[in-house]
This record gives sequence, C-alpha cells and structure tokens, in this order.
Amino acid sequence: MAKLNTKPNIAAPDDFYADLLAIHEGLSKEESDALNARLILILANHIGDRETLAEALDAAQARN
Amino acid sequence: MLDKTVETGGKKIFETPLYPYRQSPDQKPDAKAHHPVVIVGAGPIGLAAAIDLAQMDIPVVVLDENDKVSWGSRAICFAKRPLEILDRLGCGDPMVDKGVVWNVGKVFFDDRQVYDFNLLPEKGHKRPAFINLQQYYFELYLVERVFELQRQGKPIELRGGNKLVSVKEKDTGVNLSIDTPDGPYRMDCDWLIACDGAASPVRAMMGLDFVGRVFEDNFLIADVVMEADFPTERWFWFDPPFNRGQSALLHKQPDGVWRIDLQLGWNIDKEKEKQPENVIPRLKAMLGDDVKFELEWVSIYTFQCRRMEKFRHGHVIFAGDAAHQVSPFGARGANSGLQDTDNLCWKLKLVMDGLAPDSLLESYDVERIHGADENIMNSSRSTDFITPKSEISRIFRDAALDLSERFDFARPLVNSGRLSVPCVYDGSPLNGPDQLTDAPARTRPGAPCPDAPLGKDFLLDRLGGQFQLLAIDAEIPDAVEDGGIAAKALRISAADDPTGDLAARYLGGAKSAVYLLRPDQHVAARWPSYDEAAVKAALRTATGRA
Repeated sequence: MAKLNTKPNIAAPDDFYADLLAIHEGLSKEESDALNARLILILANHIGDRETLAEALDAAQARN
Repeated sequence: MLDKTVETGGKKIFETPLYPYRQSPDQKPDAKAHHPVVIVGAGPIGLAAAIDLAQMDIPVVVLDENDKVSWGSRAICFAKRPLEILDRLGCGDPMVDKGVVWNVGKVFFDDRQVYDFNLLPEKGHKRPAFINLQQYYFELYLVERVFELQRQGKPIELRGGNKLVSVKEKDTGVNLSIDTPDGPYRMDCDWLIACDGAASPVRAMMGLDFVGRVFEDNFLIADVVMEADFPTERWFWFDPPFNRGQSALLHKQPDGVWRIDLQLGWNIDKEKEKQPENVIPRLKAMLGDDVKFELEWVSIYTFQCRRMEKFRHGHVIFAGDAAHQVSPFGARGANSGLQDTDNLCWKLKLVMDGLAPDSLLESYDVERIHGADENIMNSSRSTDFITPKSEISRIFRDAALDLSERFDFARPLVNSGRLSVPCVYDGSPLNGPDQLTDAPARTRPGAPCPDAPLGKDFLLDRLGGQFQLLAIDAEIPDAVEDGGIAAKALRISAADDPTGDLAARYLGGAKSAVYLLRPDQHVAARWPSYDEAAVKAALRTATGRA
C-alpha cells in the first residue's frame, strides 16, 4: 500500500459512521444498493489517481 | 449521386445486380487458370483490398456468390482513418459528399434526457471524425472505383455468381473450386485473401478456430424513411419507457433514412419480431404516433466478440469480420477491416515482388491482432455497459447514468459505444528508432500519421502509397533506396501551416524532424535530422529485412 492511506484519517469517526447509516434510513434494499453505487463513484472520482484506486479495489477484497 | 456506370432502373441500389455473373475464359475445360491474388468476398473489405492491390498493378480477381451491394444499411458509421484510407484508394470524396456528419449526441435514461454532448472534433483534418453512410452506398462507391480502374486498364476483375466451394492449400499457393450457374470450375492462386465475413466459409473449409465471447442478446435494427424534424444527432436511450429494461438508438443516414436499434433481450421469437405488424408499434411508441415513416429494412442480429488465433495461414490470409468479430457498439467492424487490408496490401506487394521476405507477412498478424484485441476490448466494455450482465453491473450502470444528469464527472463513465480510432502499433517488430526529443507521443513509431493542414492542402493527400521520407525544416535527399525499396522525399516547413497544427502534431518542442513513413501512413521511425545509415536501417526494419 504505497499510496492508499489505510491509517485512521476521518475526524470523529462515530459521527461519520452515523451519517453513513442515516442516509440509508428508510430505503429499500434496492434504493440502498443504488445509493452505495453512486457514493462509490463519487468518492472514486474525488480520488482520481488510478494507483490509489487500484490499491483501494485490492484492499476491499476480503481475504484471509 | 449515382455514377453513370451504374444503372438501377428505378430499383433500390441494393436490389440491383451490379456485377452479374458472366462466363470467364477460366471456365473452359482445360483452362488451368492461375492468378497471383484471389479475394473471396466483395464486401467493403474485399473490395478495398482489390482496389489497393490493383492500384499497385497486382492482378486481382474478386469472387462473390452474390452480384449486389449489401442488403440493408448494415455498417453505417465510418471513422476518419478509414476515410483517409479511402482517399488513398481514390474513393474518399463520394463517400464524404454523400455521408451525414454529426457532432451532437443526446443520452436519455428512463423518461428523461440526462445530458447532451458535442464531440467538437479536432481542427486541421481534411476528413471529419466520422460519417454515417449506408453500407450499400459504401460498397457502391467501391464498385464504381473498381469499374473506373478497369477503364484505366488496371488488372482487377469482379466475378459475381462465383461461389467458392473448396480450398486446398499447397506449398506454393492455393487450389480453388468454384461453383457458378454454368457449373463448377477450378483455378489456382499464389495468395488467397479471405474477406468473406463473420461466417467465413473459407475459415470453415480450412477447419480453423474462431473463439471468443457470445453475448446473449438480440437487437432489432430498422431503417425507416421519415419525413421528420429530428435534428442530425445521435440519440441513445438506456431503459426508456418504450423499451423497458433495454436500450435504443436513433441515428441519421443520408436520403432521410434513420437507423433505429432496439435491444430485445435473449428469449424472443426472431421471425415474429421481424414482422412489420410487430415492428411498427414499437417504432410508433418510440417516435410518437403522428410521425409518418416507412420501413425500408428490418433485421435482427446477435453478436459475438472473438477472433482467429492467427490471421495468416500460409498462403491464405484473413481480413475483416472473417478474422475478427466485435459488437456493433463503436463502429469497429468495417472500420477495423479497412485497416487490416491497409496494413496487408503493401506488405504482400513487397513479398510478391521478392523485395521483402515472406516473414514480413507475420507482422500483419502481430499488428492487426493487436488492433483486433483493442477493438474487442473496447466493444466488449461498451456492451457490458449497455446490456449489464449481472445485478451489480446494472446497479453501477444506473448509478453512473443517474449521476451524469447532475455531475460532469460521471459523463465519461457512460459508455454507449466508443468511436473507432486507429490503434498504434506499439511494440511492432517493424518500428524503428524514436530519436526526436520533445516530440508528440501521437506521432511515435507505430502510430498512424495524423492529418495536418498545408496551406490549402492536407498532409495526408501529399503522401503517396509508398515509403515516404518526410522532412520538416530539415535537409533530405530526393530519395533513399535500400535493397530495391525506395523512400521518396516530401519536404515541408512548419511555416507551411500558419495554424500551428502541423508543428503541434509532428514537432512538439523539436525544431526540425525527419520521419520515415510506411505506405499505410504509419510512422516507422523519426529523427531530428537526416542520417543516411539510420534511415536505411529503419527502412530494412520496416520491411522485415533487419
């Protein structure tokens, strides 16, 4: 992981986590899936850098 | 627009026999006909190959079981690079004069327009980024060019009603059996070029592979003649109310003909869907009840993305859809096929003339397989976006479309077909040195030459169909020759183009440049100034003699 920051980087992590759950409140599974997909694309575009994105794709894959 | 050589007698052009069967002297019982080159298939690719070879005075016979141009519009989008190739083949003008040029596209999702775009093509090119033109016109202008070459005495023959029924490879050539209305006959040839389409009978007769990915989907294509006020734009719908869960495309062609593509899904009754009583209600739902239109042609197609493992098999060489097949999204079928024969013909000429080793033809495989793989990758990606194959790919597709309405960043993710651009032959064994520092990457060895204005002319029109030594503000001799292969001089100056396009495309930060260009207008090597030994070495490399 040369470029992807995997150390704690979000101030007030409990607040962010609550915000993340809050935008899904009352949504159907289908609506939530769509929202997550939009969120991933928005965040990915903000990062932009392909190397960082590749490391993030790699990090997200569950492995033992 | 029709040339005087073609008389249609009031019929549609694709209903008119243009090269009807005539008996050839080759059919006499003991004729023992032998031809240097035989081409199978008088479609866009076979005709282009025949014209290219005949222009180089190589005698060529084209066999086709049919005698007409393509039935229906089929391939309708022709990109800049193929148009430049057609200029070299002497028939770019009628195509571009007849074709429709468009720059504005609109993208719809569900019941609304999410965005529109203007392609804003790069300036300083003779030819537009692409034109829309029915394949039957495309083939017609190629056939007319064949007739014109015949009148000039060039060795080119077009045999309609000639169906190839067997192919037998020999060490030095190929034996052919051909069926005709007068019965079968045989002929031999040194080289057979198979341009006989995706279902290539030659490929089947030789038992060769054709593997790849099948896309389980059907598309209805309809050509409608419409007296409508639709602007000259490309409209693409994802999941519209009139074709739920599927896609749709509206595209303009010449003569008030519109191409409509409707995705139908996999489990359908093709014969039933093709019937006008089923097609017309679909089109009315799309166009509105009050739009008057007439159906010219309806077809249903499925597609695969696949290619042969090798395009060259001894003295049989495959080109176009016979060698590789892509989805129609991005117009990469006919466009890439024309780049195949553009790549092949000059190499074949050098090998036939004994000026280059047979191994030069291996570079056709290397370079065009590279091109085919790039096209297959691009068209597979478009297909995966247009017709998502899993729940999650549909979710991401819809997310990108939703976001594209509000945010610019999402628009480049929307993929309704990436328009065909020629590939750069990076890593080709024919590439020579790139010694021009600070030069633009787009003109590196292996790249196709971008056009540029030269006063009232254009650069590509000044390049012949031979090796060319291009000097920009540099001293070069009139010609450089090595082993019987010559590169002729073309001397220009950055000052010839006040717009600066020439300098931007060929010099970058350099003050002067010498380019060695191949007959197919790809860059072979480049230097800041002339060095005879270096140019000769690059000429040997570019012709497989290094």
